[in-house]
Amino acid sequence: MALTASEPVSLKATGAVARRQAVSRASRWVLLVATLLGVSVLVFLAYDTVRNGWNVLSWDFLTSYPSRRAAFAGLRSSVLGTAWVMVFTIVIAIPMAVATAVYIEEFAPKNWFTRLVRLNIANLAGVPSIIYGIVGLAVFVRMLGLGPSILAGALTLALMILPMTVIASSEAIRQVPPSIRDGSLALGATQWQTVWFHVLPGAMPGIMTGTILSIARAAGETAALIMIGAFAFIAFDNTSPFDDFTTVPIQIYNWTIRPGDAFRGNASAGIMVLMVAIVGMNLIAVLIRERFRRY
Amino acid sequence: MAETLEGQQLSEALRKRRFRHPGEQLIVGLLVACATVSLLTTAAIVVALFGETVAFFRDVSLFEFFFGTKWQALIPPNEQFGIWPLVAGTANVVLWSMIFALPLGLAAAIYLSEYAHPRTRKILKPILEALAGVPTVVYAFFALTFVTEDVLRPVLGDDRVPFFNSLSASLMLAVMILPTIASVSEDAMANVPRELREGAYGLGATRLEVAFRVVVPAALSGIIAAVLLGISRVVGETMIVAVAAGSTPNLTLDPLATIQTMTGYMLQVGLGDAARGTINYTSLFAVGSTLFVFTFMLNVAAQLIVGRFREAYE
Repeated sequence: MALTASEPVSLKATGAVARRQAVSRASRWVLLVATLLGVSVLVFLAYDTVRNGWNVLSWDFLTSYPSRRAAFAGLRSSVLGTAWVMVFTIVIAIPMAVATAVYIEEFAPKNWFTRLVRLNIANLAGVPSIIYGIVGLAVFVRMLGLGPSILAGALTLALMILPMTVIASSEAIRQVPPSIRDGSLALGATQWQTVWFHVLPGAMPGIMTGTILSIARAAGETAALIMIGAFAFIAFDNTSPFDDFTTVPIQIYNWTIRPGDAFRGNASAGIMVLMVAIVGMNLIAVLIRERFRRY
Repeated sequence: MAETLEGQQLSEALRKRRFRHPGEQLIVGLLVACATVSLLTTAAIVVALFGETVAFFRDVSLFEFFFGTKWQALIPPNEQFGIWPLVAGTANVVLWSMIFALPLGLAAAIYLSEYAHPRTRKILKPILEALAGVPTVVYAFFALTFVTEDVLRPVLGDDRVPFFNSLSASLMLAVMILPTIASVSEDAMANVPRELREGAYGLGATRLEVAFRVVVPAALSGIIAAVLLGISRVVGETMIVAVAAGSTPNLTLDPLATIQTMTGYMLQVGLGDAARGTINYTSLFAVGSTLFVFTFMLNVAAQLIVGRFREAYE
């Protein structure tokens, strides 16, 4: 086609091509709206919680025992119960998870046992929490005779978060470059010295991030603890790991299923407390990841 | 000629050259013991589920359990234990939650992977993933109070929407698994080689056409894995369905029906503190075993698909 000066050439598409381009341009906004829909649900739920719970939230709410009357019911025993259970869960699960990750990443020979452990952990991570709950009921509560105690709850939650903590720690350990290990080994360090002085410090930010996210998961868990029998009315301060207990998510559940609207404010205020704790943990996890990441 | 060792070989060689240190073998022994705990956990799950399930089938016939269409536990003496109404309850919430979560999750994945500016993506993705960190009891509260009372009833009419209904639970379940589907699908799309996209752009395809006709088909196995993982999480989720969907076993896929899922039944028994050895206690484990088999198959299928998918492009 010959071009002449009198006919300026337009690169603008016409006909079918123009239509396709218009559809494509429009699709950006359709997809953006769909993406923001999920985010806006989060924002709206936060707004609705604060609207319902703000007036209930007070120092008295945090320091009162549960009660049959909404105005007097508070979070005292459930906050203490959550603290007790979380301390024991962390002490039991985290060292074991990191040790497992160190073993399979740094020491394990490439044999059937290692493959089995890896495959097994991947599958355990997909087991629903309520299954951990009934196993905890059968093993810790009934077989070991611990009853619906803080220790039984912590052991159950420890089993539940073990696989995800192992997976996160393994990934962090794998991020440490082999040259670090080789340097240490070449200078005469033993394999354990290499792991302890070089690999673990390098992997620590990643391990911390994964660990905090697992702890947040355990802190928000309800079903597994109800299964071991922690749906109880607790009007005393826990003093021993063999005490019966309740936790904040269980207290929220308790207030949610009360008939009528009387306890709705309490449930919302409880959700505010729980969400501040969990969002706080997530933020710390993200900050550690961004601030201290080396590899 | 001196042999040179590289990378993997070097690490292996250095590792084999052991510098013995007192106590080091003990430490390794401790690590092995910790690694064994995960195997013991699996053994405990299998033994606990299997043992009580066998006890359950001493009282209830296999035929009744697998072919019965009525689940009427907790109401002696006319108890009936046909698993289908509970499976239907689970299928009900899977179906309706996926109807909402699949298009939205895929749209989010496509937007983040193909359209979004890297800076937008860096802000949006963590916020979307925050939805996965919300405890499910919080979603349960909103399903019951907000979705049913403030959305479904005003829109569809009080008489058509029972207080406990599958749809309110399904909507919140959809929100819960949105990040799983979006994030796993997006990872799969990010792994599609750039050459495929550029080839399509070179032939004059628009962004939308590249996304739907090139990237989505190429990432299909990853997307399927994302959907399977999402379904597995819905099947295993307890609090949302127990609070909002009701406790009436019901053989239906109607989103406005009051139903009960497998997990919902288990929580109901758990709240009642069933005595050991009773039929209620053993039925807990029979339903638990069924649930375990379902989620196990979904997870293994997802792993196999992801594994095959990874081989394809690396």
